[in-house]
Amino acid sequence: MSESLVVPTMAEMLAEGKQPEVLFWVGCAGSFDDRAKKITKAFVRILNRTNVSFAVLGTEESCTGDPAKRAGNEFLFQMQAMMNIEVLNAYEAKKIVTACPHCFNTLKNEYPELGGNYEVIHHTEFLKSLIDDGRLTVEGGQFKGKKITFHDPCYLGRANKVYEAPRDLIQKLDVELVEMKRSKANGLCCGAGGAQMFKDAEPGNKEVNVLRTEDALEVKPDIIAAGCPFCNTMLTDGIKHEHKEGEVKVMDVAELIANAQDL
Amino acid sequence: MSYLDNILFAILLVIGFGFFAASVKKIIRNINLGVDVDRKDNPKARWKNMALIALGQSKMVRRPVAGILHIFVYVGFVIINIELLEIIIDGLFGTHRIFAPYLGVVYDVLIASFEILAILVIFAVTVFWIRRNVIRLKRFINSDLNGFPKSDANYILYFETVLMILFLLMNASDYHLQNVPGGVFHKAGSFPISQFIAPIFNGMSNELVVLLFEVFWWLHIAGILVFMNYLYFSKHLHILLAFPNTYFANLKPEGQFDNLASVTNEVKLMMDPNADPFAAAPPADENAAPAKFGASDVQDLNWVQLLNAYTCTECGRCTSSCPANQTGKKLSPRKIMMDTRDRLTEVGKNIDANKGVFVPDNKSLLNDYITPEELWACTSCNACVEECPVNISPLSIIMDMRRYLVMEQSAAPMSLNAMMTNIENNGAPWQYSQQDRLNWKNEN
Repeated sequence: MSESLVVPTMAEMLAEGKQPEVLFWVGCAGSFDDRAKKITKAFVRILNRTNVSFAVLGTEESCTGDPAKRAGNEFLFQMQAMMNIEVLNAYEAKKIVTACPHCFNTLKNEYPELGGNYEVIHHTEFLKSLIDDGRLTVEGGQFKGKKITFHDPCYLGRANKVYEAPRDLIQKLDVELVEMKRSKANGLCCGAGGAQMFKDAEPGNKEVNVLRTEDALEVKPDIIAAGCPFCNTMLTDGIKHEHKEGEVKVMDVAELIANAQDL
Repeated sequence: MSYLDNILFAILLVIGFGFFAASVKKIIRNINLGVDVDRKDNPKARWKNMALIALGQSKMVRRPVAGILHIFVYVGFVIINIELLEIIIDGLFGTHRIFAPYLGVVYDVLIASFEILAILVIFAVTVFWIRRNVIRLKRFINSDLNGFPKSDANYILYFETVLMILFLLMNASDYHLQNVPGGVFHKAGSFPISQFIAPIFNGMSNELVVLLFEVFWWLHIAGILVFMNYLYFSKHLHILLAFPNTYFANLKPEGQFDNLASVTNEVKLMMDPNADPFAAAPPADENAAPAKFGASDVQDLNWVQLLNAYTCTECGRCTSSCPANQTGKKLSPRKIMMDTRDRLTEVGKNIDANKGVFVPDNKSLLNDYITPEELWACTSCNACVEECPVNISPLSIIMDMRRYLVMEQSAAPMSLNAMMTNIENNGAPWQYSQQDRLNWKNEN
């Protein structure tokens, strides 16, 4: 890694009397999961390169409550939500970007009723807007000509109807974007949602992530692109299960963009 | 004596519609057993949904073969029912094709189009039967449908075929009687299909053909009335309920789950630094039912979820798109809807048997119908909601029942309890300290 990351916190910004353009909600996976941390850093490298004024909550960030809510624990969810809303409102946060579709969905849809009203966007939408505004230029680089398929995260796609932003970004890389037999509104879940990430699956004859990985491998991609740290884990596990880790990589769209620019 | 037919017909109509009205009343009462939820906002978007999804069948054609065939049956039934109006008037007043003189050529076009639609309906219904019984598509032989539901589906197909055949035979005998020398019936209508059936009456006496015509006519109208009353017992209620169901369906993003207001109040109190923990509880409203978190039975669900259950026509698109079901788990979103309806019917019968009051029967939707194993297999991916041709949400029922399991019974799987403890203690689903949240910044 050539240059070190510049990651200001909201507290530091406030001390300097500044308000960032956007608050980057890192999320638990992005903060703690080794694989997801790489996505977080790739996204920050793009933010640094494009001089986006952003800040994170750092140690003041806490779980949005999504897995608790989907598990049925509405108490825990609302306690988390109200604590986070207090922090976000204290910093007068207006616009939030996150690389996790679960945080994205919860912050965007479930916080307003509890007093948290923000413009919430997924990092693929944010990156797309940087390109549209001319702040970020993207070329294929190392990915030129590669075959890439995009797995729609349920909480980005069906749940919030964001299908095009990640695909637009991938297409900027001069690659061959191929669709799986089930994609967009018909996309198959990776198996992690609804708090499944944190428990064993019920008895069955297959794991959901394996089924989804088979969908992806059918189109013989070089890379499976994801837009969610949990999908990323599930598909990476699926690839290992199929012994294809030498041939097929699972990468976040932010990593594709960052790596293409040698960031 | 000459009015006997008309009187008999009037009695038949009164009985047919009377029973049907009683059924509708019962359905409405049962749906109202659910808790209230506001679905009156944004009427413009709601009318639009109903027009596109129910009237326009927009979600049916996501699966083109079934979708287009379904449109034949749907249009056929709606249009041919216009003819029903004439049949009822003819029956009541002893007239024959009373609209013909007023509509002229339009009448010919109408009758001709009914005939073509009738043939299309027979064709579509035959293909449907083959898909269920010969090709045996997976979603139609799934164990959800064991027993009555499987027969129910076939009965409906037989009913529709018989009704269409009676309609065509009625027209064919009519056509024959219009064209015999001297003409028993006055000329009315155009019969592009049944004119080819009419030769079967050649050689029969006019009296016999008139009698046959009457038999077809009576069987057809009586069949329609019986079919209408069969709806209440079958999955076929969707022909009526698809309309209110799409109107009252959720308009919010699929990912947005409702925030329980009862929980909000408690959490706010808990987090209010000015709240006095030793203060006497506010005087309880004596009439208020004790708050219950989540749903363990049909009365805990909201009325839209109960309407969903009556609307479900058991097509199984939800189950065939469910990731849990595809990987062999017990969860089937269709079964969630069928169980909800079966339990609601049971509760309704209990109320009928006990003079309007529900007497606890030591049963509930949870455990007796839907097991925790099914509920915990859901990934909340919304594939079932997206697939449903009439915007039913099995997911919302699953989530309400999980809430009951967790908040009322503390019966979450161990690993989920560990995840929730972590969130409570350190603000993340894993055992990492909140103080380490920004460590990634300096790691390589």
